[in-house]
Amino acid sequence: MLKKSASLFILIAMALTLVGGVTAAPPVQEVDELVILWAEWDPANYLQEIGNRYEAETGIKVNVIQEPWGSFYDRMAAEWAAQGDSYDMVVGDSQWVGQGATQGHYVDLTDFMLESGIKDSVTPATLQFYGEYPAASGRYYAYPTEGDAVGWAYRKDLFEDPTNMEEFEAQYGYPLAPPDNWMQLRDIAEFFTRPDDNLYGVGVYTQIDYDGLTMGFENVLFSWGAGWQDENNQVLGVVNSDAAIEALEFYKGLYQFAPPGTNNAFYAEMNDVFINGQTAMIMNYFAFFPALANPGINPYADVTGFFPGPAGPNGDRYVALGGQGLSVLSYISDERKQASMDFVEWFASTAVQEQWAEVGGYTCNIEVLESEAFLTNTAYNPAFADSMTFVKDFWNIPEFGELLEPVQRYLHAYVVGGEGTAKEALDNTAIEQYEILVDAGVLTE
Amino acid sequence: MSHVNTQAFSGRRHLSDGRIATFFIMPTLVLLILMNVFPLFYSLYLSFTDYSVIANESPEWIALDNFEKILTTERSRYWHNFTVTGQYAVFSVGLQVIVGFSLALLLREKFKGSGIITTLILIPMMLSPVVVGLFWKLIFDPSKGIFNHIIYMNPTAGDQWLANSTLALWAIIIVDVWMWSPFVMLLCLSGLGAIPDYLYEAAAIDRASSWFQFRRITLPQVMPLLTIAILFRTIEAFKAFDLVMGLTGGTPGDATETVSVRLYREAFLGKFKTGESSALAYVVLIIIIAVSNLYIRSLNRMREG
Repeated sequence: MLKKSASLFILIAMALTLVGGVTAAPPVQEVDELVILWAEWDPANYLQEIGNRYEAETGIKVNVIQEPWGSFYDRMAAEWAAQGDSYDMVVGDSQWVGQGATQGHYVDLTDFMLESGIKDSVTPATLQFYGEYPAASGRYYAYPTEGDAVGWAYRKDLFEDPTNMEEFEAQYGYPLAPPDNWMQLRDIAEFFTRPDDNLYGVGVYTQIDYDGLTMGFENVLFSWGAGWQDENNQVLGVVNSDAAIEALEFYKGLYQFAPPGTNNAFYAEMNDVFINGQTAMIMNYFAFFPALANPGINPYADVTGFFPGPAGPNGDRYVALGGQGLSVLSYISDERKQASMDFVEWFASTAVQEQWAEVGGYTCNIEVLESEAFLTNTAYNPAFADSMTFVKDFWNIPEFGELLEPVQRYLHAYVVGGEGTAKEALDNTAIEQYEILVDAGVLTE
Repeated sequence: MSHVNTQAFSGRRHLSDGRIATFFIMPTLVLLILMNVFPLFYSLYLSFTDYSVIANESPEWIALDNFEKILTTERSRYWHNFTVTGQYAVFSVGLQVIVGFSLALLLREKFKGSGIITTLILIPMMLSPVVVGLFWKLIFDPSKGIFNHIIYMNPTAGDQWLANSTLALWAIIIVDVWMWSPFVMLLCLSGLGAIPDYLYEAAAIDRASSWFQFRRITLPQVMPLLTIAILFRTIEAFKAFDLVMGLTGGTPGDATETVSVRLYREAFLGKFKTGESSALAYVVLIIIIAVSNLYIRSLNRMREG
C-alpha cells in the first residue's frame, strides 16, 4: 500500500512537473552575457579586450566566439538557417549585408543609428559598404566596426639600398621609391625579381576559394576605371569592358613576378613570403600588417614600410574594401536585442573607439581616424587612413557568393593556369554573372 | 514464497528472446533511421526542389530540373567535373594496381628486413589525406620543395606543377599513387600468400615459363582480391576530395575540380544550392553503384569460373 502510494505520488509529481514545464510562461531573463561571432584573427582578440572593459563597466559579460575564416560564413549561414539564438551579434563581412537584410537575419538598425547619432560618427564610405542596404537607401543593418582595405608592405632595406637605387634609376629612368602608380609598381616588381637569389618582386592574391583572387584583382580593376556593374546593375560590356580586360592582363603580368608556390595564395601566404624574405612587396589587408610590424614575427619588421594602393593609368585610385560591420541578429529575444544595441551604442562612442584603435582595431570613427594619436600610433595607420577614403567593394546582394564563383574560376584559370585570354575570361564571367542576375530578378533579359 | 517466484517468473517470461533482441537493436535502428535513412530520403526529395538551406524559404518542387541542368546544360560545367574525376580515377587506380602489384611481387619472398620494409611502405596509407596534401604541396613548391630539384636541372625555372593546368592533375595522381599503392600491395600480398606451392611445382615440372606461370597461376589466383582493391580504390577515387583540396583546391581555374570538390562548392562556400547539390550527390551515388556492380559481377564470374 505504501509502495503504491509512493509510486502514485512520484507519478503525480512528474506529471505536474511536466505540465508546469510546458505551461509556465518563460520568465523575463536579465541579460548577463552577450555573445558575438567573428572570424578567428587578431581583431577578434582586440574586441574581446574591449568587451572585458564593457563587463567591468556594466557587469554584462561579452564573449567573442572566433571561427576560422574558412568556415566563418558557413557557421553563420548554418545559424541563420536554424534561426538559432546562439549569438547575439555578428561582425559580418561587407558582402553579407544584402543577405542579412533581405532574408531577415539582421535587425534593422536605421532608427537606432539615426537617433543615437552613430550614423554621423563614421566615415560615409564605411557606413555605405559595411552597413547600408540597398545602396543609397538610408537603411542600416551594421555598425562599421573593423575598417579594412588592401594596402602594401615593402622592404625599405631593398628600396633604400644604394646599389639598387642606382641600378633601378639607370634601368627605368626614375628614382626607386614606393610607387605612385601601378606601372611603377610593375617596374619595381620586375626589378626585384631575382630567382637565383630566391627573391621576387611582388606577392599578389591568387586564392580561388571565397574571394581572394577577386579582392586582389579589384585593386587594379577599379584603378583602371572599370568595375563590376554599371548604375543599372548591368554586367555585360562592363565586367568585360576594354579597361577591365587591360586591367586583368596587367594583373597577370604582375603574377609573373610573384614567388613560386603562390598560385593559391591569400593573406596568410602573403605575410609568409614577406616574412621569409622572398618578396620586395606584398599586397595585403591592413588587418594583417600588425604581424609585419612585430619583430618577434617578422625579421624585417624594422625595415618594413607601408604604402596605400597606387593609381591607375588615368589617375583613378581605388582599393578593395575589406573589414566588417557589427550586426544584431534577429532571432534573439527583445531583451537581448536591446542589450546588444546598448553595447553597440557604447562601442560606437568616440571614447571607446579611441580605445579600440589603441588596442589594434581599425576604427571607422571620423574623429579618431583624423586624430594625431591614431596617425602616429603605427607605421601603417597613415596609409590605412588614406586608403579608407578611396575604397570600393564587390557586390553585396544576396547572390554575391554565386557572382563571385565565376570570377574566381575564370580569373584563376587565366592568371595562374595561363588558359585562354583576358578577354575570354572576362567575357565568360560577364555571361555567367548576367545569367545569375537574371535568375535573381536583378536584371531582366 | 512460491507465489512470489511464480510472479517473478511470469514477469520475466514477457521478455522473450525476440523482445530482448529488439530491445538491444532498437537504439541502433533509431540512430540509423535518424542519421542515415531519413537524410537519404530527405536529400532525395530535396534533389527535386529549388532550395537553399540558408534562405528562409520552403523547398520549391521543380521536378527534374536540377538533374537536367547537371546532365545537359553545357554552361553548368558538370561534365567537366565528371571528366576530371574519370581521368583521375582511371590513371590513379591503374597506376596503383601496377605499383601495388609489383611491390607485392617483390615482397612476396621473405628476406632479411622484408617485414620492416613492408611496414615502412604501408606508412603513407596510414596518414591523413589532408596532412599528405599539405606535405606534398611543400614538396611540389619549386623554391622550397624537392620535387623540382629531382625533375629539373634548374628547379625554379621548371614548371610549377600545382599551378599548371595540365600537370596539376598529374601531381594529384602521383600523390594518390604514393599514398594508396601500399593498400593494393597489402591485398595482393595476402592473395599471393594464399596460392598453394604445388601449383608452381606442377608448372615447373611441365616446364612452364615464368610469364606463363604468372599469367595462368599468379594473376587468376590474385584477381579476386585485386578486383576488391580496384573496387575500393575506384569508389574512393570518385569521392576524391580531401587530397585535392589539400593540394590544389581544384585549381588552376577548375582544372582539378573533381565532382566532390564541385559538390562542396555548390553546397557550401557562399552558394548553398542545397537542391542542386543534392541532385549532384545522387548522380554520383548512381555512378558509384553502377561501377561497383560491374566490378562485383566480374568478381562473381571469377568465383564461378
